Amino acid sequence: MALVDVKGVSKRFGGLTAVSDVDLTVNAGEVHCLIGPNGAGKSTLFKLIVGLYPPTTGSIFFDSIDITAERPYARVQRGMSIKMQAPSVFKELPVRQNIQIALQERILGAECRAEEERLLALLNLADDSGKLAGALSHGQQQWLEIGMALALQPQLLLLDEPTAGMSPEETFKTGELIKSFNAEGMTVLVVEHDMAFVRQVAQRVTVLHLGKIFARGSLEAILEDEKVAEIYLGKTHAH
Amino acid sequence: MLKLLEGPQTLGRGKIFWSCFLAVLAGALIYPLFADSYDVGNFAYFLIWIFMALGLCLMWGYGGMLSFGQTFFFGIAGYGYGVLAINMGGGTTTIAALALSVVIAMIAAGILGYFMIWGGISGIFFGIVTLSATLVLAFFLGQTAGPEWHIGPARLNGFNGMKGMDPLTVGNFDIEGSALYYVMIALIVIVYIALRMLVNSSIGNVIVATRENPQRAEMLGYDVRKYQLLTFVIGSGLAGLSGALYTSWGQFITPSSIGLPAAAMPIVWVAFSGRNDLTATLVGSFLLLFGFQTITVYSQQAALVLMGVLLLATVMLAPQGFVLGIGKLVVDWWTKRRRRNEAPALADTARLQSDET
Repeated sequence: MALVDVKGVSKRFGGLTAVSDVDLTVNAGEVHCLIGPNGAGKSTLFKLIVGLYPPTTGSIFFDSIDITAERPYARVQRGMSIKMQAPSVFKELPVRQNIQIALQERILGAECRAEEERLLALLNLADDSGKLAGALSHGQQQWLEIGMALALQPQLLLLDEPTAGMSPEETFKTGELIKSFNAEGMTVLVVEHDMAFVRQVAQRVTVLHLGKIFARGSLEAILEDEKVAEIYLGKTHAH
Repeated sequence: MLKLLEGPQTLGRGKIFWSCFLAVLAGALIYPLFADSYDVGNFAYFLIWIFMALGLCLMWGYGGMLSFGQTFFFGIAGYGYGVLAINMGGGTTTIAALALSVVIAMIAAGILGYFMIWGGISGIFFGIVTLSATLVLAFFLGQTAGPEWHIGPARLNGFNGMKGMDPLTVGNFDIEGSALYYVMIALIVIVYIALRMLVNSSIGNVIVATRENPQRAEMLGYDVRKYQLLTFVIGSGLAGLSGALYTSWGQFITPSSIGLPAAAMPIVWVAFSGRNDLTATLVGSFLLLFGFQTITVYSQQAALVLMGVLLLATVMLAPQGFVLGIGKLVVDWWTKRRRRNEAPALADTARLQSDET
């Protein structure tokens, strides 16, 4: 069953068409990866799904409800949560307060404090909980933002390059974390360049190129597609 | 509820802070017993402006919205009090006039804030639009000298200002002098405590989150526009409270209390004090008002120049505010001193324990 259904969506910025007539279905309970070269329109498509950009044409459905005209907060209230490409945290507030702000709409009091502790431990941020979020390293800020996104317990978690700036160990751990949440029923849509990470988590892959859907299917099938290798991996053929 | 008095959004916590708070409050309460009535009246006058400063602190320091329109709402409520007090016949109805004039200022803030916030105005443009509204109101009121400009028996009187309204009155008792001073103290304590609780609550968390990163706050499911509007209405309502109390105190109000020099003053008070903290704003604004009034007795021009110099010095030397900076230095010094004192004590304990084993 489709949790997200993007139908014929285009986004133009002046003369530039960033996303062109895209149809994308993300099924409930899957980990779906969006890949493609730089400038393919992946982040723009993310922002269209979450409502940060209004589409020029087309419609977006979440859980069979047309959310095209809804503002981002309303989509989040329906069960979406996003981690942006660049770390987007409250830099002048302590780490703990960042998590608390993400949690407080859902739970309060002792339950909230217990969940704060659990998330801080899960994210390896317990020792830094009193630090300002802006004082964390890039990788830690990524973790914190993932934690804030998870705190909402969303139906759909959108992760835009979640492992940028992370070490291979941290990247692997992030992959395992995503798989564990997926095993509990969370649907995940990921934009990622790291193919090892995609291989670790992806159940289905969609390739975007020049704002259009170029290919879709299992990662194995995608990697065997020579055209994908050409545009994405820069593979060239001897003629 | 009382837990909200302390939190990450406010400086000052623990027994020492609250003991100091109570000592200052006790000093303020017994002050009229030792001072002459002129000085008590002057103190009441300084306190009138504190509400406006606290309101701006909430909007600018906590909410990230630099409003240049505090005197706009000050003027609406100030003139509103005058019109209502005259039309309602004075006496005890002045209490209702005070409450209603603040409500009118809050409704005006709701309307102006709705168009600005839902229209996506933020940053420096927020200041420009609110300043424009202020200047338009001051200009409009300045040209109301003719007899045709009246609301019931209340004449607006252009630059000469509106007069003839009763002071706050309960029965036959006029709330003036020491009585007004005590009302001010009570209101300031209530507003200060209420604002501390607000900013340390879950609503306060969203207000500061919106200041820090509105897009992230929205991506956590908050309609940030509603929180911004709430902040703007409360902050502007406090400016309205200052306006209504000012008119009641002096029984007059003129357009000059709304215009550009007046509109700049709250910015100077709050910037100098430290916009990110209510206590710093409370203390700093009072000190500045006291200093300004003292210097004004000798030269109003010198006082205005001093305000400008203080604003420049704040921007150059202490962008977070002088009073807040000094407060943080004192807290750091106190914390380090306590740690230094605790370290030898812990070492002694450890030595004793090792001796015992």
